[in-house]
Amino acid sequence: MDRIKDRLEEIVGKDYVSCSAEERFIYSRDQGVQEPSEPDYVVLPATSEEVREIVLLANEAKVPVVPMGGGLVLSGLTVPLKGGIVLDMKRMNRILEVNENSHYAVVEAGTSQGMLDAYLRKHHPRLKHSLPDAPPVATIAGNIAIHGSGHLSQSEGGFHSEMVTGLEVVLPTGELVKLGSCSTVSAWFSRAPLPDLAGLFLGWNGTTGVITKVGIKLFPRQAHHDVLIFMTEDVDAAPDILFRVIHTGMAEDINYALSPKPDYLSGFQMIVINVTAHREDELALKLRIIRESLRDYFETKEAGFMPMPPNMKAGLLEVPQKALSRFADVRKGGGFEYVGAIMPLEKIPDACRAGMEITERNGITYSLGARIIGRGHSAMFFFAYPFNRADKDEIRRVRSALEETNEEAIRLGGIPWKAEAAGQKLILGSMEPATYELMKKVRTLLDPNGIMNPGNWEV
Amino acid sequence: MQRLRFDPDLCLKCETVDCIMRCQYIHLEQDRAKEEHDRLVRGRMSSILHECVTCYACEEYCPHGNHPFYLIVERQEALSVHPVPVPIEKSQVVMMGPRGKIRPREVQAPVINMCFFGMMKGGIRGRIFEGVSTIGGPDIFCNLMFLHFARNSTIKERLPVMIGNIMKFHLEPSGVHELICYHDECYGTYTSWAPAFGIEVPFKPVHLFDFMLKRMLDLKDEIRPLGFTVAYQRPCSSRLCPETDSLVDDLFALIGVQRPKRRYEYGRALCCAGVIDAAQRFDLAEENRRKNVEDMRAAGAQYAVFNCPFCFWTLAEPVMKAGMVPIMMSDLCLMAFGQ
Repeated sequence: MDRIKDRLEEIVGKDYVSCSAEERFIYSRDQGVQEPSEPDYVVLPATSEEVREIVLLANEAKVPVVPMGGGLVLSGLTVPLKGGIVLDMKRMNRILEVNENSHYAVVEAGTSQGMLDAYLRKHHPRLKHSLPDAPPVATIAGNIAIHGSGHLSQSEGGFHSEMVTGLEVVLPTGELVKLGSCSTVSAWFSRAPLPDLAGLFLGWNGTTGVITKVGIKLFPRQAHHDVLIFMTEDVDAAPDILFRVIHTGMAEDINYALSPKPDYLSGFQMIVINVTAHREDELALKLRIIRESLRDYFETKEAGFMPMPPNMKAGLLEVPQKALSRFADVRKGGGFEYVGAIMPLEKIPDACRAGMEITERNGITYSLGARIIGRGHSAMFFFAYPFNRADKDEIRRVRSALEETNEEAIRLGGIPWKAEAAGQKLILGSMEPATYELMKKVRTLLDPNGIMNPGNWEV
Repeated sequence: MQRLRFDPDLCLKCETVDCIMRCQYIHLEQDRAKEEHDRLVRGRMSSILHECVTCYACEEYCPHGNHPFYLIVERQEALSVHPVPVPIEKSQVVMMGPRGKIRPREVQAPVINMCFFGMMKGGIRGRIFEGVSTIGGPDIFCNLMFLHFARNSTIKERLPVMIGNIMKFHLEPSGVHELICYHDECYGTYTSWAPAFGIEVPFKPVHLFDFMLKRMLDLKDEIRPLGFTVAYQRPCSSRLCPETDSLVDDLFALIGVQRPKRRYEYGRALCCAGVIDAAQRFDLAEENRRKNVEDMRAAGAQYAVFNCPFCFWTLAEPVMKAGMVPIMMSDLCLMAFGQ
């Protein structure tokens, strides 16, 4: 008999624990190119208390615990590199509170982006949250934990981790803690003015605890939408074009894209500008101001706004963007992975050139692009490589391209985002030694038995 | 390469320069208009090349049929004047280019060429279009839209190939000699642009309205008059075949709708402004759309009818916001059959 399995079944019930070969196979991999690694147990808790009991058990048995949301991270962060328990949070999917006046929601960690969006549309139609361009099953907690970004990251304050108003976390030693205003008063409105401990759990890839609840900022949902695409062939013009559009203060979301497909867009830099407004005349004014900001570009006829038929426009107004999911399967066979490097805007031209060189060298296709974060404070530049999962040689080439891209991103002055274990090592190799020592101290303090997602953020 | 059949002497002797004086987008005094026009004819840089919104209307205004618009496009291309930003132009050249994927397909007369608008095939249905075959796609696309991009060269290069494809893969094997053109652009290509550049068209082009009118006359007893007031949005390419504008009146009479008296109608029709947007002249485009839609509404129109899908896409939203219903001509006529 498996004593740990019995204990897990006592905690969550028999239906929510598995160590069958099929489940272990499924939970051993994601859609990316990382090598699979099987868990010993898959557990689906329903409450924070159950999470707490599981973590206490793992401490006692010295078994790794890997928290998992939607499992869509692509770089293997929820693959149990050293086995143990995968803690699938999807049953904890209740939306606990929406505060309309103070513009925040409190959700359990397994709540998906799609669920919150649907709930807000139905019950609070004046509010929305920032959606990543991921499938709707991606979770709120998973996304904030990896510093995700989305369609309001440009206009409304940056990375989704910066939109967190509070957290409930189970520490690796089993204590349940609240962070932010909810630690002191009942409402989840802000992390300020208290010492900001939320940072101990954001960007750590699940190595410092298990997030069980999240307070997340909400924003006004406008009734009117439009989208512009500005095209240029001059890669070096991109930072200035982006700067001008950002400075109008009129764009909700700004994305940059360069892709060889479809063929009629190959070689063109595309700046996709989404605009929203409460009123029609407000929308028209915003569009006019954005166009005006680029007048001296389009008057030369060297660049300009692309006319779009309604079906193309409708696709670009979708949040999240379905076109990205379609691109993810462009090679057929369902494989897709990317390096998303957080970098300064001025590095975009060099990142484009590097991405094209790397893909050409490795004989793979690509989509390059960037989402502007926090009114231009940085960009999440993605080097995306789709591949055919049935083609082993292509997987090898993509893996090689990803490694090269991680190195190139750092060389350019960026930092790979949600990097796989090898990429994390690369980042740590460039990090100030004192900073890495601090990370180790924090982790040792929080997780003395080293049970939380081992193999991540380690040299 | 095909050369434009154009008589410079006729132009230089022209005193009225209707092509410029009647233009609704270029505003020059008579003397200045003549001066700029003559520069154009002599192959020199002219403000006309920059100001032209490529609405095609001067093809209709010229009393001599001397192809002033085709000449403008020739000169724009020769002098590298790009009406539309270069990246958009290049992208469109690839997007609309032949794919080389055409395969023989037997068709039965009557055959309608859907041009690039395969997505509009759903409109070819009901009593009016019973028994019709349709063809279409990038390998038989007329490419006349490149007049908006100062690229006669693209049309010259592609059109003979397209005509060859239409014959080889569709009409010849099926023994069909007539081709109904869904879009005015194709009809204008075969009846105006191709002859102007000396390109032979080996089939008989038929305008969609002409075909519909004949069919509907045969089915006259089934028609129930609609009693609407309907504004018609002339597409730019109808300027290449202005004789077809009267077919709109005939169709309207048959289905019992009224074409209201408007300021911007017939020869004074306004462009839908889609290409003016593409030329990045956004204020002009907006003003043009506002004038056009207000004119429709002031005339009491309940519906705005289109034949060009691009005009439809450009104007449908402002038309709806103004309280009218945008509709394609084929759908409007089918309504008269209760369909």
